[in-house]
This record gives sequence, structure tokens and C-alpha cells, in this order.
Amino acid sequence: METFIHQIMAGIATGGIYAALALALVMIYQSTHHINFAQGEIAMFATYLAWLLIQAGVPYWLAFFCTIAIAFLLGVMIQRLVIRPVEKAPVLNVVVVFIGLMITINSLAGWFFGFTIKSFPSPFPSHPPFGSSYVSSHELGSISVTLALLITLFLFFRYTSLGLAMRAAAQNPESSRLVGIRVGWMLALGWGLAAGIGAVAGMMVAPVVFLDPNMMSGVLLYAFAAALLGGIDSPGGAVIGGMVVGVLENLLGAYVIGTELKLTVAMLLIITVLVIRPSGFFGKVIVSRV
Amino acid sequence: MSILLDIQHLNANYGATQVLFDLNLQIHEGGITTLLGANGAGKTTTLRAVSQMVSTTGTILLGGIQIDSLATEDIVRHGVAHVPDGRGTFTALTTEENLRLGSYTRTSKAEINADLEKMFTYFPRLKERKDQQAGTLSGGEQQMLAIARALMLRPRLLLLDEPSFGLAPLIVREIFQIMSAINQSDRVTILLVEQNAALALDLADHAYLLEAGRLVMSGSAQELQNDPAIRRSYLGD
Repeated sequence: METFIHQIMAGIATGGIYAALALALVMIYQSTHHINFAQGEIAMFATYLAWLLIQAGVPYWLAFFCTIAIAFLLGVMIQRLVIRPVEKAPVLNVVVVFIGLMITINSLAGWFFGFTIKSFPSPFPSHPPFGSSYVSSHELGSISVTLALLITLFLFFRYTSLGLAMRAAAQNPESSRLVGIRVGWMLALGWGLAAGIGAVAGMMVAPVVFLDPNMMSGVLLYAFAAALLGGIDSPGGAVIGGMVVGVLENLLGAYVIGTELKLTVAMLLIITVLVIRPSGFFGKVIVSRV
Repeated sequence: MSILLDIQHLNANYGATQVLFDLNLQIHEGGITTLLGANGAGKTTTLRAVSQMVSTTGTILLGGIQIDSLATEDIVRHGVAHVPDGRGTFTALTTEENLRLGSYTRTSKAEINADLEKMFTYFPRLKERKDQQAGTLSGGEQQMLAIARALMLRPRLLLLDEPSFGLAPLIVREIFQIMSAINQSDRVTILLVEQNAALALDLADHAYLLEAGRLVMSGSAQELQNDPAIRRSYLGD
């Protein structure tokens, strides 16, 4: 029983990370109808920057927030310099740009930081909280951090006029321009936020999966599964999807298929959702006349 | 009366297709001007040209300031509110959020909240539907919402594209009454595009007639109402 509960808690902890990354995917999908394949690599690169800062002696939480800010700026820059020129291009061109971006960032990270695996510190104590054996301190801390992140994002989008403008720009660019919203910048801001969210996910998952240029490939796959499960156009669905995928992955890994085959769970989920319910559990069903 | 909007030698085109040819229009401050014409005459395009949503050549002056080289979102900042054809509702947002977006470029929270209340007195039905998703509103309600959203800018110039489109006559009359009241009380200059010429000429004090992208007639609303050719072609006599 004890291990079972621990597996679930660990699942929620990694699930929160998948949820954050899935949310970043959904945010960009909602405003541009593109899946950002480079989302995971941006998160990985940001985590390396955090590692650099921590190596240089910057206290963890200062490094944490600096990294989010740098990732935000990187996201805005990528949108302005790389994505905007192909904004109106056919979807396949955009996909190729995303894949190119993914490979470029991955290689750059390898070039700057090397391909050897590094350990990444957790800001939380190594002994379990309250002497509990159900959950580790990092798991509990990671759950709290992602929860705080999700609540902050919710409040931002729901209650600030900038958040409202971003939602408006994603939905109806033409009407948004007619009320004075600078739609292009809202897209860039969305990329910045998505990169910032990814950075948090990267820093929370790095102590578990260790730091290397390919650390996010598995995580991104689970995030895809989470986003699809919840509905690719539903932010709330992405969060719930992330939690479900995290728990499912852990339980199946521990009791059914073993850790070696865990990643197949994500693939299986993606295929099952696409076959049975392509709009996901919370997504809108879109019918179009052809 | 001074001229608020001055359009000189305006040409507009969608890609290779030219839609407006050497248009000259003057809109007087504080009045209601209507732009009449059949389908495809270029009425909507004229409004879109003012908001720079089509590529144009020629000069457009708003209160003496040249706006034809500005981006759409900057023209809004000069006080031009545009209710587009199809109403441009943010369907997934609530009614109140739609209204608040109208005042996006304004800064004073107190004034915005006061104007929001004012819109709810103009359009009590919007107040009832305040927290409802705007896409679930009826056509008439969405048209009211579109006009109220535009007014939330406190515009100098209100561009209205076919507010009567697809609505029941009773609702149309209600909306036109409210527009007339708003023009009187807030001194908002209105440029109204309408297919329903009888209705538009009743409301407006000045009118222009477009045919195939060219201006063919202009005058006071009364003059056009009494013109035999207009009566035959547009008023159904």
C-alpha cells in the first residue's frame, strides 16, 4: 500500500511537470494552431542556463527566477526572428521550421555544454517531509511549484487586461486589431510565457531525469499525450491530462509493464486518443463542411 | 460644422482587384452620414480603408491628421471605432469581457467602469447577459454588443457596417433609435453603411451613393430621399 501511494504521489509530481509543458503547447496552439515541437528543447536550454547560474554561485531561487525571465526573452526573440517570417506560410513549412528549431537548440546545447550527463540540484531537502514515506520532498516541492505556476497563470489570464487581450488576440485577431490590440506582440508574449513555463518544467524535472541535451524528449512526448488527452485547445484539459498521464505512467511502469516500456504508454495514449476521441476529453469538437 | 473625416482620391484594392476608384468623401463632425449602394458597390471596403484593413492609395485625414499610413491598431488610438460586418464578436469570451476589450486602449479604470454602466443603461439586455458567453447571444444582442464595444472606446468617429443585417425589423428599429440617441447625447460622429436605404436615410443627415466603387451622388439625406432615381432603385417605389 505504501509503495502504491508513493507511486501515485510521484505520478502527480511528474504529472504536474507534464501539465506545465502541455499548457505551454496548448497556449501556442490556441493562438497559432501550430504545435511547437521545440517546446521541450527551449525548456532544456533554459535549464542549462539555470545550471550555469547555480554553478556560478547564484542562490537557487534567484537563479530560478532569472532563468524564467531569460527564457521569456528567448521565447519572445524566437517568435519575432524565426516564427514571424513564416506566420502566413503553409502548415508544413511551419512544421519544418519547428523541427529545425528543435534540432538547432539541441545541437547548440550539446556544443555549449557537452553531451555528458550532469546532475541538477533540487531546492528541496533530501529527507522526506514530516518523516512521511509516501512522498519525497522534491516531489512535494515540485507539486507546489507547478500548482503555484498554474494558479498565477490562471489569475493572469482571467483578471488582467493584458491577459484578456492575449485571449482575444488568440481567438479573433481581426476584431482584436479593431479594439487596438497589437496582435503580433501578443503572439510574441505568448511565446515568451510558454518558454517561461517550459523553463519551470525543465528545472523541476532535471533533478529526476538529470541534465543532458536530450532530457526533454521523453517529457515532451508525455506532454503531447497530456495535451491531446485533455484536448489540444483546452488549457484546463491540458493540466488534468498531465496529471492523468503522470499517474498512469507511474502505475503502469511500477506494476504492469516495467520502467523500460514506460515511454510506450505515451505513444499508446496518443494513438488511442486520436482514434477514439480526437478532440480530447475537454476539447471542442469542430465540424467543418468540405 | 467642421469636417472630421476627409477622404481624398481614395483607391482600394484586394490583391489585383481594384474595388474603390478615386473616392472623395467628407464627414461632418457630430453628424450621421450614410453610405448607400448595392451589394459589391464598395461600402464595406470604404470602411475597411478608413481602418487600413485593405491596401489603399490616396489621403485619409481624421481631424486634419493623416491616418492612411498608420496600422489598424493605431488608428483606433486616434478615436476611430469600427463595428465590422459580421459584428466581430469574441464568441468565447463573456459579454462583459467583450465590452472591456472595447476600452483596451484607455487607461482610467474609473472612467471605464462608469462607461460600462452607461452601456448597460443603453442596452439593458447586455446587463442581463453580462457573464454569458457572447457567442450564445442572439443576433440582435450581438449587434448591440458590437455597438456598445465600439462605444467603450469613447470614439470620435464610429464606423458602422450594416447594423441591420439579418435582424428582425423590430430589433433594427430599437438599435437605430439607440444610435440616434447616442449621436445626440454623446456627439459621436457616425458613418453608417447600410443596404436598407429607407432606414438609413431616416436616421442620417447626409448621404453618399456608391455604384461599382465610384461615388455617383451625394447630398443631404432629404435630397436623396426625394430623388426620383434613388426612389426607384433603392427605396422601392
